[in-house]
Amino acid sequence: MHNEYIIPTDHATAAEVFLQDEERANWHDKALWFIREKRDVATKQIPDWELLRETASQIKQNVLGNLDNYLEMFEQNALQNGIKVHWAADAAEHNQIVLNIIQQHGIQKLVKSKSMLTEECHLNDYLLENGIDVIDTDLGERVVQLAKEPPSHIVLPCIHKRKEEVGELFHIHLGTEKGASDPAYLTEAARQHLREKFLTSDLAITGVNFAIAETGGFVVCTNEGNADMGAHLAKVHIACMGIEKIIPKAENLGVFLRLLARSATGQPITTYSSHFHRPAKGQEMHLVLVDNGRSVQLGLKDFYNSLKCIRCGACINTCPVYRRSGGHSYHYAISGPIGAILAPNMDMRKNADLPFASTLCGSCTNVCPVKIDIHNQLYKWRQVLGEEGYVPATKKQSMKAMGSLLSNPTLYRIAGKSGRTMMRLLPGLANNKALNPWAKQRDMPAPPKESFRDWYLKNKKQHD
Amino acid sequence: MTSREKILSQVRQNKPVAVPLPENISFATVTAPERLPAFVKSFTGAGGVVGIVSDLASIGRELQVLFDKPERVMNTLPAIGYGLAPDEAIAQGHVLANLEVAVVLGSLGVAENGAIWVSAENIPTRVLPFICEHLVLVLPQSQIVGTMHEAYAVLPKSFPDYGVFIAGPSRTADIEQSLVIGAHGPKRAHVFILEKE
Ligand code: SF4
Repeated sequence: MHNEYIIPTDHATAAEVFLQDEERANWHDKALWFIREKRDVATKQIPDWELLRETASQIKQNVLGNLDNYLEMFEQNALQNGIKVHWAADAAEHNQIVLNIIQQHGIQKLVKSKSMLTEECHLNDYLLENGIDVIDTDLGERVVQLAKEPPSHIVLPCIHKRKEEVGELFHIHLGTEKGASDPAYLTEAARQHLREKFLTSDLAITGVNFAIAETGGFVVCTNEGNADMGAHLAKVHIACMGIEKIIPKAENLGVFLRLLARSATGQPITTYSSHFHRPAKGQEMHLVLVDNGRSVQLGLKDFYNSLKCIRCGACINTCPVYRRSGGHSYHYAISGPIGAILAPNMDMRKNADLPFASTLCGSCTNVCPVKIDIHNQLYKWRQVLGEEGYVPATKKQSMKAMGSLLSNPTLYRIAGKSGRTMMRLLPGLANNKALNPWAKQRDMPAPPKESFRDWYLKNKKQHD
Repeated sequence: MTSREKILSQVRQNKPVAVPLPENISFATVTAPERLPAFVKSFTGAGGVVGIVSDLASIGRELQVLFDKPERVMNTLPAIGYGLAPDEAIAQGHVLANLEVAVVLGSLGVAENGAIWVSAENIPTRVLPFICEHLVLVLPQSQIVGTMHEAYAVLPKSFPDYGVFIAGPSRTADIEQSLVIGAHGPKRAHVFILEKE
């Protein structure tokens, strides 16, 4: 099932398409904000939330500063545990390694649980080209696979789809009733459909959430139980991970597992946190360590922090731009703010638009459980892209204007005043689609008669 | 140069300055008297059902009420006295495809999130707690700790070949964020907390 989704050229253009369906865009916006709110409630229940975030960030800092040593330690312990360890410098090598293992066992069909790394490497397409049938088993991933689309969110792969669309896909592919769209009914249909796949697949691929240097084991987190169903029923288990997923000690899991699900969905922990240390009797366990640009990102002092990411998706759920543009508009395996700082490292030219898909409001940074300074990195990427000549002319102009605006208080006051005057007198201009892409499909809010600055000065005078 | 060497040398060259690993940080915990109520709240919050019993035999009596035929139940704890015991290790988990109920020992519970540790050492095959329709866990009350930090302090340093924290029945909200209990794993999860050991 080849990915037939045509990726639009740049984020703003793709966002425009997404916003045309206003009902869907509004629903998408609200659904993600609802998850953000659940996250807030969950974090408030932990007195140590900020201490946990700081500790997690420090642990990751320690990991990145010793990554070579931890990788070697992990490899040694994993080998001792009977896990076969492979190293892949890039996506192509990763795919090749996985294919070799599959072919050595003469396998035609496999099940796969969620792994953003394999998305990043486009493993499914590669295996398909080589005649291997890959079944994604995470419900959301199965939905997008049937739709021949990539996931639009790292935690909620089909958040862009309405239940009626899922119903139609299942009607065509799984034979559910025409017009049925009840999530419980559709989930049951997927359960039965995928259970048959679990029971008949000799090989399972999973991702890795954390790999423990000290013990040579790895942890996979799911709510559905699909990683375990796949891995335990298969003769061969291949786990694929980016090299940054290492943590030093098992006790560090205490910190990360407390943060991960609360940040992701507001659950106190995922339903399953599976710790794989040794293959079962008669089973073969492989682990592929993948670089694919990470060791380069590690050397960029302004950007290496992004390698601390534990893929919780909180920055995505909270992002006002993501919520109103949809994951596909990012044209990269990982969407949202975190994707926008990872993508330019992979391909500056192709992904030059992504760091601009942000208001730099900083909400991402505020929720990030490992304290990545996401919005600063977005801002810094804009500078780098500008210097390297990858910035579109319109963005360059507004960047320059913004730069001089922020560094000049008088100009800032004038800009504020004229901006408001212009909007009051000529609201149609501020809504002009060519000048302001975010105005598309929605009207700008009525401008306040007084800016905060004017209000502050007036009130200050009254109190003086 | 192999990819392994290439990756390691590039990492060595590019890695940022190392900082010490944070250690011995003390996090707030759940006090001993609060652990049981906190655990019950977490596990039920995740869609599970909690029963509190005084001995294993009373679990057997409860199971009889819940599942009227013993052949529907695979019971890995003989002292419960209900259901069928698996004969030693099961080589192929596939034989359990139509299993209705599995009764499994949980060796550790975590109050803050309702997670229960199940070790491969206590199950005849790894897939057992996933493939059954209804999972029944048995957890001694004395084995409930406050937080995940305490859980990892108690778990053996040499991990079992496989172990899993299970916090309720399997679930998904992938279709329009509507929570559905029963994705690929059990549709129902029950824990019996044993007051005495
Ligand atoms: S950058 Fe932070 S908030 Fe975003 S997915 Fe990664 S860990 Fe989560």
